[in-house]
Amino acid sequence: MGAVLAAPAGLLAHLFDAPMRLWQRIAGRGGMIAFFLAPNMAIFGLFVIVPLGLNVAYALSGGTALFLPQRSYVGAANFERLLTCGDHMDPATCRDDLFWIAVWNTVRFVGLQVVVLVGVAMVTALILNGKIRARGFWRAVFFFPVLLSPVVVGLIWKWIFQRQGLLNWVMVELGMDPVNWLTDRTWAFLFSVGISVWAHAGFYALILLAGLQAIPRDIYEAAEMDRTSPGRAFRRITLPLLWPNLLVVIVLALIRAVQVFDEVYVLTGGGPGTSTMYLTQYIYETGFASSLRNPGVAAAASLLMGGVLVVLTIAQLGLTRWRDRQ
Amino acid sequence: MKQAYLRGTVIAAALGFASTALAAEEVRIMWYSDGNEGEVVADLLKRFEEQNPDITVALDNVSYQVVKEQLPITLEAGGGPDIARVTDLKALADHWLDLTPYLADKAYWDQNYGEQADWLRPDGSDAITGFMTQITLTGGFANKTLFDQAGVALPAAGSSWDQWVEAAQQVATSQQLPAAFAMDRSGHRMSAPIINFGANYIGADGMPAPVDAGVRDYVGKLVGWTEGGQNLKDVWVSAAGASYRAAAEDFINAQVPLYFSGSWQIGNFSAKIGDNFDWVAIGNPCGPKSCSGIPGGAGLVAVKYTQHPEAVAKVMDYLASEPVMREFTQRTLFIPSNAAVRAAGDLEYVTTDPQVQPALDAFNADVKNITPEANALPAWKWATAYYTALVTRTGQAMAGEMSLEDAFARMDSDIAEQVAQAAQ
Repeated sequence: MGAVLAAPAGLLAHLFDAPMRLWQRIAGRGGMIAFFLAPNMAIFGLFVIVPLGLNVAYALSGGTALFLPQRSYVGAANFERLLTCGDHMDPATCRDDLFWIAVWNTVRFVGLQVVVLVGVAMVTALILNGKIRARGFWRAVFFFPVLLSPVVVGLIWKWIFQRQGLLNWVMVELGMDPVNWLTDRTWAFLFSVGISVWAHAGFYALILLAGLQAIPRDIYEAAEMDRTSPGRAFRRITLPLLWPNLLVVIVLALIRAVQVFDEVYVLTGGGPGTSTMYLTQYIYETGFASSLRNPGVAAAASLLMGGVLVVLTIAQLGLTRWRDRQ
Repeated sequence: MKQAYLRGTVIAAALGFASTALAAEEVRIMWYSDGNEGEVVADLLKRFEEQNPDITVALDNVSYQVVKEQLPITLEAGGGPDIARVTDLKALADHWLDLTPYLADKAYWDQNYGEQADWLRPDGSDAITGFMTQITLTGGFANKTLFDQAGVALPAAGSSWDQWVEAAQQVATSQQLPAAFAMDRSGHRMSAPIINFGANYIGADGMPAPVDAGVRDYVGKLVGWTEGGQNLKDVWVSAAGASYRAAAEDFINAQVPLYFSGSWQIGNFSAKIGDNFDWVAIGNPCGPKSCSGIPGGAGLVAVKYTQHPEAVAKVMDYLASEPVMREFTQRTLFIPSNAAVRAAGDLEYVTTDPQVQPALDAFNADVKNITPEANALPAWKWATAYYTALVTRTGQAMAGEMSLEDAFARMDSDIAEQVAQAAQ
């Protein structure tokens, strides 16, 4: 098969050889680099830089029209609407209270979800790294939810938690009273965290598992000969050597948690009230879903959220470099 | 040889042009259904295509949510189908095509659909942009079987909301149901009782008026009924913002004895409930001021970004014609929108369900109770802004996130923001 493909590949390389040499002579080494980077940069520019520029333009415009030329320039009015608050800790005092409700909901969600997610992923990775029966099977079981579409994840859990869902059916069968889980603010919030952890933990466990398997066994054997307790070995050997992977997991989980939307939107719709309405849902509802769309405010909110994500990414890079220097 | 080749090329090119010219024009319709109307209109359009081989009609059956949330974005971007079935008639009116120059008989349209033409066109315009596929009226339904099983008499016509909720609660308690009643999560739906409690959304200048005592009284009651468990909490509390949620499935599954929605549910109930239980249309429970429903309906409108206005007008002329609308109405179990069909009064609804005709009669009888305040809403530009604020803030108050006073203050400020945004 390789020999069959080698002939046309060689012919192709031969065909391009002369023009490439000519181009290198004209443009020099730098020109060649630019030549090879150009397609990627064009795609990046078209699908990242241009939309980002459009987002900024929308954030500075007002009105209900969707086309930019039909929208009026309003300067920072959209940002002012979002950021005007008597007390930023109390959304009720803010001009756009729904934005700040979404911000604080997101902060609460990120705080809890990332801690639980990293903990679950770590425990899963440690178990899967141990000598257990059918290890391959269990790895597949924990990774399976990652393969599911977020909408499917939301629907599965909705069928379990809704008033006439599986959980209440089981409870009634056991002689207990059914509970309206998804209309209770605390339960709805906890379930939104729970299903998000269930859906993503497998992915992060895999990253940690790769890190665990890269730790040389002889270090543990030496520690065992010194009668080091398993807890101490975890603290003194596993954690420090796993740190680069752990850092990647924490930052990725943070960024993903800030962007949470689809599975929670399907499960709770942002309710009860607005108790599970997170920032991405606010942007979606304001820009697209509501009968009265406000693309300018939605764009401004997405830029603010983008700013937070940039800060998180820079923090990750800074932490990684700092760790490398240690 | 060369000549033969040339001749062949010319003939092929000519055939190509001819086939392009003969190719049928395609008209796309975006359609949503409450009941069986998608199947009925597909059947009717098949006949249209047989009569008009030069036009093909592609019927895209979509969910109501797509029409409500995605179509407006597509329209704003200058795209969309050629024809759409919508309920947001006035707010999107700038995107509708004036069919007047393309219609076969403008007088027919004025005569038969003129009464609601204002709902479908921008303020001050005399354009003909489409027609109502049916007239609807908000109203309630009761599960008569559940009432009978509980030994509770159905409240008489003219009963108040309090009387209906109290009776339904007795049924719910007796039959161990999760709630006494359910109402669609919709600003349009809750506006009917609000108006019956004396509210008027429209200020003297035609702009939105601040929320008044009517809004306060009914919203206060509705929130109280939700907290007290009489109103099915799932529907209202299971979403944030102004998201629409229907409660029809809870009524169909006999989870609530009383459901507040509208006449468009009749076909749906007939198809899904069948003879599982007896249900009746109860009209609009009364408030202190009136017992009105809010009229409305779904309109079929031409979109002005179409590339085939003549073909679109031909399809619209066909669908709006009296025999087609008569058949559509009879098979879909709707209240007729065509004035001639309505005036003839000889509709024979295609159903074996004995519950359908009395339900339609009940809604028809309720038409006389429509107040001017309710009748003005379908053609009022700011109705959507009002409905959005009502649902969003009422939902938050129901979830215990804000007090009623705060909710009312936010309703006013939300509406003011919308007016200001539109002025930018």
